[in-house]
Amino acid sequence: MAKIYSENSKINKKMNPKDETISFILNYSKALSVISYKKIKFEAFLN
Amino acid sequence: MRKKLITDATLVSSYIKGDESSLEVLIKRHKQRIYSFIYSKVYDRDIAEDVFQDTFIKVIRTLKRGKYNEEGKFLPWVMRIAHNLVIDHFRKNNRMPKFQNNGDFSIFSVLSDTSLNAEKTIIKEQVEEDVRRLIEELPADQKEVLVMRMYQDMSFKEISERTGVSINTALGRMRYALINMRKVIEKHNIILTN
Repeated sequence: MAKIYSENSKINKKMNPKDETISFILNYSKALSVISYKKIKFEAFLN
Repeated sequence: MRKKLITDATLVSSYIKGDESSLEVLIKRHKQRIYSFIYSKVYDRDIAEDVFQDTFIKVIRTLKRGKYNEEGKFLPWVMRIAHNLVIDHFRKNNRMPKFQNNGDFSIFSVLSDTSLNAEKTIIKEQVEEDVRRLIEELPADQKEVLVMRMYQDMSFKEISERTGVSINTALGRMRYALINMRKVIEKHNIILTN
C-alpha cells in the first residue's frame, strides 16, 4: 500500500470572511466621507 | 448577472464617483481569494478576519481620498495591501507565531507556573516540619551528620573533620540516619509529598 507522505493542507480552499466583517466594511464605506479643502483632505464619519 | 460582466476598473471608478454598491460587488468577487491568502499566512481565523477588515479599510480610504491610480489591477493591489498588513501583524507580535492548542497537544502540559500556590506552600511547610521532627528522633550521632550534610551543605570530608570520625563512619551514620527515618515514615504512614 502506497504511503502518502504529503500533509493535507489545512487551508480550506473555499474560505470566506464572516458576513459581519463584510457588513462592517460596507457600513464603514457608507459612513466615511472625505472632504477636500484647499489641498487638505478631511475624513468625516457620518453615523 | 449583469454586474459580473463589469470589470474591476469600472467598478472602482463608479465607487469613487459615489456608487457604494460597486464596492459590495468588488468585495464579493474577490473576498475568497483575499481571505484565503491572509489565512494561509496567519493560520488564525480571527486574525485573518482582522487583517481582511483592515485591508478593505485601507482600500476604502485610498479610493475615497482619490489616491488610487489604475496603473496595476485592483486585485493585485488589494493583495499587496493584505500582504503588507500581514507583515505588520507579525512585526507587532515580535515575529512570534501564535501557538494554538489543538486537541492532540496542549502547550500547558509542558509549560507550568513553577511558583507554589498558597495551598502548596502550606503543604511544603508542613512536610518540612514533619521532616524536622523525624530528624529530632534520630540518635545524636546520626542526627549530627545528617544536619551537617543536608542543612549546612557540608561535604563528608568536612563532616569527618568537624566530628572527628573517619569519612566512612560519617557516610555510615548518614546511611543509618536515612534508613531509620524511612522506617519511621513507613511505620506511621507519614506522607511527605507535595
